[in-house]
Amino acid sequence: MDFKLPKEHLLAKKMFKDFAENEVKPIAAEIDEEERFPTETVEKLKKYGFMGIPMPKEYGGEGADTLAYVLSVEELAKVCLTTTTIYTAHTSLCSHPIYKYGTDEQKQKYLVPLCKGEKLGAFGLTEPSAGTDAAMQKTTAVKKGDHYVLNGSKIFITNSGHADVYIIIAMTDRSKGTKGCSAFIVESDFPGFTVGKKEKKMGIKGSSACELIFKNCIVPEENLLGKEGKGFKIAMQTLDVGRIGIAAQALGLAEGALEETVNYVNERKQFGRSIYKFQNTQFELADMRTKIEAAQLLVYKVARLKDDNLPYTTNAAMAKLYCSELASDVTRRCLQLFGGYGYTREYPIERMMRDAKITEIYEGTSEVQKMVIASSLK
Amino acid sequence: MNIVVCVKQVPDTTEVKLDPKTNTLIRKGVPSIINPDDKSGIESALRLKEKVGGEVTLLSMGPPQAEVALREGLAMGADKAILLSDRAFGGADTWATSSTLAAALKKLDYDVIIAGRQAIDGDTAQVGPQIAEHLEIPQVSYAEEINVEEGKVVVKRQFEDRYHIVEVNTPCLITSLSELAEPRYMSVKGTFDAYREKDVKVWGLDEIEDTVDKMNLGLKGSPTRVKKSFTKQAKGAGELLDDVTAEEAVEAIVTKLREKHII
Amino acid sequence: MSKDVYVLAEQRDGEIQKVSFELIGKAKELAKDLNQKVVAILLGSNIKEKAHDLIEYGADEVIYTEDEMLKEYVTEPYTKATYEIIKANDPEIVLFGASSIGRDLAPRVSARLHTGLTADCTGLEIDLDTKLLMMTRPAFGGNIMATIICENHRPQMATVRPGVMDVLEKEESRSGKINEFPIEFNEKDMNIKIRKVLKRTKKTVDITEANILVSGGRGLGDKKGFNKLMKLSEALGGEIASSRANVDEGWIEKDYQVGQTGKTVRPDLYIATGISGAIQHLAGMEESEFIISINKDSGAPIFEVSDLGIVGDLHDIVPKLTEEIEKVKNES
Repeated sequence: MDFKLPKEHLLAKKMFKDFAENEVKPIAAEIDEEERFPTETVEKLKKYGFMGIPMPKEYGGEGADTLAYVLSVEELAKVCLTTTTIYTAHTSLCSHPIYKYGTDEQKQKYLVPLCKGEKLGAFGLTEPSAGTDAAMQKTTAVKKGDHYVLNGSKIFITNSGHADVYIIIAMTDRSKGTKGCSAFIVESDFPGFTVGKKEKKMGIKGSSACELIFKNCIVPEENLLGKEGKGFKIAMQTLDVGRIGIAAQALGLAEGALEETVNYVNERKQFGRSIYKFQNTQFELADMRTKIEAAQLLVYKVARLKDDNLPYTTNAAMAKLYCSELASDVTRRCLQLFGGYGYTREYPIERMMRDAKITEIYEGTSEVQKMVIASSLK
Repeated sequence: MNIVVCVKQVPDTTEVKLDPKTNTLIRKGVPSIINPDDKSGIESALRLKEKVGGEVTLLSMGPPQAEVALREGLAMGADKAILLSDRAFGGADTWATSSTLAAALKKLDYDVIIAGRQAIDGDTAQVGPQIAEHLEIPQVSYAEEINVEEGKVVVKRQFEDRYHIVEVNTPCLITSLSELAEPRYMSVKGTFDAYREKDVKVWGLDEIEDTVDKMNLGLKGSPTRVKKSFTKQAKGAGELLDDVTAEEAVEAIVTKLREKHII
Repeated sequence: MSKDVYVLAEQRDGEIQKVSFELIGKAKELAKDLNQKVVAILLGSNIKEKAHDLIEYGADEVIYTEDEMLKEYVTEPYTKATYEIIKANDPEIVLFGASSIGRDLAPRVSARLHTGLTADCTGLEIDLDTKLLMMTRPAFGGNIMATIICENHRPQMATVRPGVMDVLEKEESRSGKINEFPIEFNEKDMNIKIRKVLKRTKKTVDITEANILVSGGRGLGDKKGFNKLMKLSEALGGEIASSRANVDEGWIEKDYQVGQTGKTVRPDLYIATGISGAIQHLAGMEESEFIISINKDSGAPIFEVSDLGIVGDLHDIVPKLTEEIEKVKNES
């Protein structure tokens, strides 16, 4: 067992940290305040290769691996969860299923520009009445000649309105339940596809979450991803990968909150001494740091499992469950240590606390993770 | 155009703190970085390469761990890296350091050498010009811009009160300011390639034996030595003037400013 | 045997720079301890008439070389001239200003002479036992001081940080030898070509780069309060800065904000006016070399980190201070 990061990963981590500190952190509060999609950051993410980290070079990727990917998410999430939401949705939920299930033509046409950052990706599964219960999909795809016709809508879709390529799950045969789901690659300018209303969210305010509307949307048959009826499997497997990214987000967020807090409690004085000196502060910090250490091991381990082509579904669920609950817990406790200042927007801690909550919800709520974990114990 | 960039790994001196109890430097936990002036030199070399082609080689002298700084430069896009590392090179002052680096440069094919103006741990700004002297090539220091025009290197050279726009033939040595070029980040691909596709060659005394007099290396070859080092006196409690007229206050301030040579 | 303390006088556009007189002032002390002379080297074109200035500021002798090639500073002709003068006279010590000229020239000369060079010295003295020059300089980003010696090579050379050494009182009655040192230059010596000389204009502000900052807090009262600070900072050759409150009020741009949520600065001089000194502000400036603060409230925390604190009204003191500083500057 080797708990040391490999040298290339250490170097990559340094790059992620520099990038996060200099490019992402300075505008984190601003994009939250303005609920603005950080187009300028996305351009920089493209330039430095963030959009294709775990993808092979032959498809325009960076030729790195899942471990490097989670390190990037962890470092960026320390300063801005919104930013990581954008490129994890792109990478885990759009590029990954095309890489895994796409034909060579689909990879050339979609994966290459996605990895190079020429196109931004998104993933549409959730519907108003089909969240965790994904089999209740109402969006339908009917084959007509050489194309499919999609009808229905999706909600809460990350990167919606900004993405060029969407993976859309739709029912091709309702009678078969989950086995009647299929996955499609839909381009933003396909006829009959529009982006609807934008949600106003509690956190990750810079990322978009809109409704997708399909009204007789024409999708060429060659854009079917995998086979007909494989949509549910593709979606579930995609969420497995996605959970690794969310776990890394939550981990980074908790670490970032703790770093801010350590700085603060060393500077802030009450009763004539820095509040770090109080035992309550120290116990809180020690407890949180320990749990973060454990969380990190869960995340790095699942990344390694995936890189080694070993089963990782349960580990991904465990990492996501533990890290996201930790992120909520840590940010709340950190805010308490900040006291009144923590409640103001002068400090990032209130934003971090708002942002943390989503990690317990998206790509499977904590309860879903428990279902996944429990199913491995049968 | 082949460019060699001289790079030093330095402790990030902005992260260095003094232990208030012992009044000594706390070196623990201080990260090692590429010296900022050198990093802008790497960036500038990469830009020249992108414009006119050629190869960028990084050259450093230091302990084995300085390899990391070179890998970082490779991850930014440099092609090759050489680390001069040998006990015989240790304890060198600027004269001996420049002799060692010049000895290695004599073995390399270069048109332009770029060295950072100065390192943040020593702040001497001497090694660049001394290398140029050892190699008997022209130098342009304090470069704020570098361009190549018809085989000539054109440099905007900074002084306190003016700039010189100068042209110089190759081979030449240029010392770069950190404002010369905002260094790019490593790319993700770059960080992996830096270990998997590229190489850092380590050269010891054996590799440069024929281009240098051993007497000019390391501690033995250093004309200067550090007699002692000490930390500055910790700040005492300041003076507080209460109940003074504006005129008295002005006088007190002006007196202090004169003492401090500010006016 | 090596003897005498040499200084390289720096001229720009035919004017001798102040650092040269500072070097002479220091050289004079060193020469006294060694019982030797102070000799200034002056290089330029049509520069002879300035040689006497160096005498008036304390040089015992001046050696000058005139050539068109020495008009603007260029490394090689200057190196050649300096090297040849040193080679011919074998001085014990040579001092240069740690300016962008001195820091280009001195290392090149030291390499040619094969001798040591200590950069950016802030302290120089003769060890009376060994007669060695003790060269003290900040290192490690100013966190430590190191004293350097050069035992076996001559001359002992140092560049000296401008503004640190004292200039001697100018005395017109001082006299000394002024000798020309003719040097034959050829085209090869001019190994670079100056295409253009551009005078520098002020760049956009970066308060983290400024050596002097005049900063204002809530005590300024309104936006116009910054005008007063602007005048003071201009007189001092510094920049203005601000606490967070004024940025939030929209009185000044965020670029000027010092503190936790602004920039961390470390100037040689930080003048805090009307700033109470919240911990968030102090975090951004307490490492400044010298801190002067003016505040009405004698209990303001800013005074705890100040080297000089004035309890008083900035609106009264700042304009008077500006006036006084301008007066002092005009005198010199």
